[in-house]
Amino acid sequence: MRIINIRPSRPTVVVLALLPFVAIFIAYTVASDIRLAANPADKLLPAPETVMETAGRLVTEADRRSGDILFWQDTWASLQRLLLGVGISSAIGLVFGLLIGLLPVARALLAQVVAVISMIPPLALLPILFIVFGLGELSKVVLIVIGTLPFLIRDLSQRVLEVPQELVVKAQTLGASTWVIAVRVALPQLMPRLIQAVRLSLGPAWLFLIAAEAIAADAGLGYRIFLVRRYLAMDVILTYVMWITLLAFLMDWALRSLSRRTFPWAEDGL
Amino acid sequence: MTYVRVENLFQSYGRRPIIERVNVDVAEGEFISIVGASGCGKSTFLRLMLAQETPTRGQISINGANPAREPGLDRGIVFQRYSVFPHLTVRDNIVAGESFRRGWGRFWGAERRAALARADETLARISLDHVADQYPATLSGGMQQRLAIAQALVAKPSVLLLDEPFGALDPGTRLQMHDFLTELRAQAAMTVFMVTHDLAEAFKLGDRVLVFDKVRWDPQDPNLHGATITYDFDARHGGIPFQTLKEKTNVPYPA
Repeated sequence: MRIINIRPSRPTVVVLALLPFVAIFIAYTVASDIRLAANPADKLLPAPETVMETAGRLVTEADRRSGDILFWQDTWASLQRLLLGVGISSAIGLVFGLLIGLLPVARALLAQVVAVISMIPPLALLPILFIVFGLGELSKVVLIVIGTLPFLIRDLSQRVLEVPQELVVKAQTLGASTWVIAVRVALPQLMPRLIQAVRLSLGPAWLFLIAAEAIAADAGLGYRIFLVRRYLAMDVILTYVMWITLLAFLMDWALRSLSRRTFPWAEDGL
Repeated sequence: MTYVRVENLFQSYGRRPIIERVNVDVAEGEFISIVGASGCGKSTFLRLMLAQETPTRGQISINGANPAREPGLDRGIVFQRYSVFPHLTVRDNIVAGESFRRGWGRFWGAERRAALARADETLARISLDHVADQYPATLSGGMQQRLAIAQALVAKPSVLLLDEPFGALDPGTRLQMHDFLTELRAQAAMTVFMVTHDLAEAFKLGDRVLVFDKVRWDPQDPNLHGATITYDFDARHGGIPFQTLKEKTNVPYPA
């Protein structure tokens, strides 16, 4: 039998999916054991128990000076920046995507400038953002917006262009104005694609968030990771990294199921 | 008498002529079938009727009005595919035929309830009432085309344009759609232009069959000349003319 025709059964799929995770965990444990056997004070690869212990301490114990649990404070600060940045970015992206996709005049005016701007590495702009918007929240949110917006605009305008021309013509023969075509034909068809595009840009958004927090912040997941780096506190860093991964994964999953539930007519591509 | 008048119509893309010198007059309520080989400008002609494109020369006027510059309410269209809105339920697709001309493209309150009731009546008439709440993707090809035709007719166009509407359907469904279209025409006379590849379909449904073809053919450069209407058949009575007697027959039958 050809290997392309071998389809795993449902339990096998679950086992196969778990296998890489187990492999990674075992590899880490073994490596950590080897290092700790050589030097019990080794900080680079703490034992999984140590990481769990630290994680338990981080999520429950309050900071002695401020009395807040820093872990949740950091999470809240980071999520706020991330959601604000992605939210603003998708709102602007939606408007410009519709404009560029629907109106040839807007396309002639904006498509090239968006293509050029999207080539600017956003991190190169970070110093400018810090100078212009200060070291506060604004510059971090703006970095996320600048980092994800060009992609969103280009992707969404492309998706509007992919709406079959037949539908646009049909709407016109039913008497729809440009505005009605935008809000009743193009926008609803764009929404599932927006969610898809946001899912794709969550990765870059996290990247820009961590980068901005690493350079200047007083709270945040990225800030904490780069702070404890000075003490080689790998157990703290690993806890935070896993937490960020989990958050990112949950967001992706939530967006996917939202899309499935809200747009049952868009069956493929999700 | 003349409802749709096509005068000296030319269309070329760049230097390449597609159709040239097309002249045709159509009376109100006539069903015009358009046939021709691939690439002979049938679909271009339909797009010009739709005003999706502007002709390089000549003009099309409906009921003496000025030539249209963009697709509008007076010309309804059904394409082979993508003719209904995939994000609207079957019922909302019908309502859209009335509501898209509004400022926000929708009805509210009592007006909305009335429109929904009318849509349900329409769906019952085209026997799609059992799928009113489903999305078009779940419907078969024939049902989707029935929905598309009903949606176009709800907007009450002066002229209905059909671009190979049954091209993607299987033969059995196609026959059902012929009956469906014939029934609709019996209920309300409407002027129809239908592009089709199927000659039998063209003669069965049409009152007239227009054939698009190239009259001049350059063997070195087949694209040098455009197509025009080469035949204009009377397709009533199964394509056999002179079946109705014009004179009075109440004379004594010769003994």
